[in-house]
Amino acid sequence: MEEKTEIPSDAPASCPGPTSEKAGKLDGCAGCPNQKLCSSGEFKSDVSPAEVKKQLLGVKNKVLVLSGKGGVGKSTVTAEIARGLASLDFSVGVLDVDVCGPSLSRIMGVNGETVHKSSSGWSPVYTVDDIAVMSIDFLLGSEEDAVIWRGAKKNGMIKEFLCSVDWGELDYLVVDTPPGTSDEHLAIVSLFKQSKIDGAVLVTTPQEVALSDVRKEINFCKKLRIPIIGLVENMSSYTCTKCKTKSQIFPATSGGGAALAAAEKIPLICSLPLDPRVGCSGDNGLSILNEAPDADISEGYRTLADKIVEFCKPK
Amino acid sequence: MSGADVTTEVYAGTSDVKKIVGVLSGKGGVGKSTSVAVLAFNLAYKGFSVGVLDADLCGPSLSKMIGLKGNIHSCDQGWVPLSQSVGEGKISAISLSYLVDNQDQAVIWRGPKKTAMIKQFLQDVCWGKLDFLLIDTPPGTSDEHMTVMECVPNCSVILTTSPQAVAAADVLRQVTFCKTTGANILGIIETLSGFVCPTCSDCSLLFNKGGGQRLAEHCKLEFLGSVPIDPNLSKYLDSGTLGSNRDTCVSYQSYDAIVDKLLGIMGVKCLNISAEDGG
Repeated sequence: MEEKTEIPSDAPASCPGPTSEKAGKLDGCAGCPNQKLCSSGEFKSDVSPAEVKKQLLGVKNKVLVLSGKGGVGKSTVTAEIARGLASLDFSVGVLDVDVCGPSLSRIMGVNGETVHKSSSGWSPVYTVDDIAVMSIDFLLGSEEDAVIWRGAKKNGMIKEFLCSVDWGELDYLVVDTPPGTSDEHLAIVSLFKQSKIDGAVLVTTPQEVALSDVRKEINFCKKLRIPIIGLVENMSSYTCTKCKTKSQIFPATSGGGAALAAAEKIPLICSLPLDPRVGCSGDNGLSILNEAPDADISEGYRTLADKIVEFCKPK
Repeated sequence: MSGADVTTEVYAGTSDVKKIVGVLSGKGGVGKSTSVAVLAFNLAYKGFSVGVLDADLCGPSLSKMIGLKGNIHSCDQGWVPLSQSVGEGKISAISLSYLVDNQDQAVIWRGPKKTAMIKQFLQDVCWGKLDFLLIDTPPGTSDEHMTVMECVPNCSVILTTSPQAVAAADVLRQVTFCKTTGANILGIIETLSGFVCPTCSDCSLLFNKGGGQRLAEHCKLEFLGSVPIDPNLSKYLDSGTLGSNRDTCVSYQSYDAIVDKLLGIMGVKCLNISAEDGG
């Protein structure tokens, strides 16, 4: 919706302007052809992007983790990106905007914590490695509470997060998102209008069913001009711990992440193997980078962190 | 496969569908679409008429998985779903992918538009006489799920989860959603339950263990069964050739016991127990 600040040519002389609080509501507005739209607030400037910009002034780089497909490891990748960056001595925050399925607090090892609101906003929860975490999970009463909200209400919560969390000074804010291309994603892009999104990491698994959803997400990023840092192919293969046979759990019937990255002309940052230790670590809020630092998957996550740092460096 | 058959029933809506079942999960990637596809084939090969409705508008995987492609057309009463004979049964399908030309184009819709489309899928499609209508949903508890429950108050629900606690935690919230909306939960299917190495037969728990069973016990719900990881299943779903390859698919066969349990719970008699030699 375009902003309309000028007095319309067919407005009465007493017109307060379409963006005024009194727009459409004065006695003189009666009979004006614009009255209905004006009084609906249609032309009022949305101040949220400016508020978000103010709240994020101390955040140097904002990175989204996206996928059209569910269950490819967005939250896990978000957590390990944050931990990887923290291990490089950056100050990092993570925000979970998956309002209906907030997994991040458990994966980061801080589920069950509560947050407090002060005059400067909501204070994030800090992990043992000093990563600031904010998730709706912290605001829900019990682990059984469901967030049964339609899109507009979800947008409101995301706005609240971005406008009211006291992040302080951060080098990186990494944002975990739900699958799809809907309200939450549009809300984020719209709210970040004035404070830029520095880059997006896209996550896929190798099979075509996943790639076809991620292709849509890549098109979403291109359409909305979100810079793409690159693609991560997760769950690439599994090496049997007993006999070392490598199996393709989700066969790359159409070339996997490599083919998708090549076709879309984006970098394939890394291919992460399916390591059973990740599932257990995630459930227990531990990092695979700490639990198995020499594992191939940990090497992959370190490559990912390095790539993000390189991409976000001032040009 | 193309949708060559045209249903002869010409009234819109679901009034002649005997059982409507939504497959839900708070968590993404735990086999909702896969379960709908496999259940649809399994039931069709048992001689049932099955409809599948893909309510995952942003990521409609079902049309690819069941191998039914094409563009739908309308009749005087409404849209006609694509349909194919499967053994002695049939599968009819509706998906947003049948309505768009560019399959790679992102569907960037807010809640109200998604709600309107799902209402059309339920009320303006000529589903005709069906034994089952299976509804695939996106992860979460939002517009799509609320719309389905509002339009189809008698919808039963199957929940899917993987063995991980992270997944089960999301599904626990889904249970609350179902209880809030009064939906009848038929039970829980645990997918991604272990991988058997093709060389040494060692079973590896790639996504931890026990989440589905624990969730069922905690919520006092029926545990319908667990489905192991099977790369063949992924391959056949990618190519839409599950039906003709089902005999070589270990995961597909795990669903046999799940379907038998479901038919028992729903009080549905199997039409033809020797229908499996079709296709």
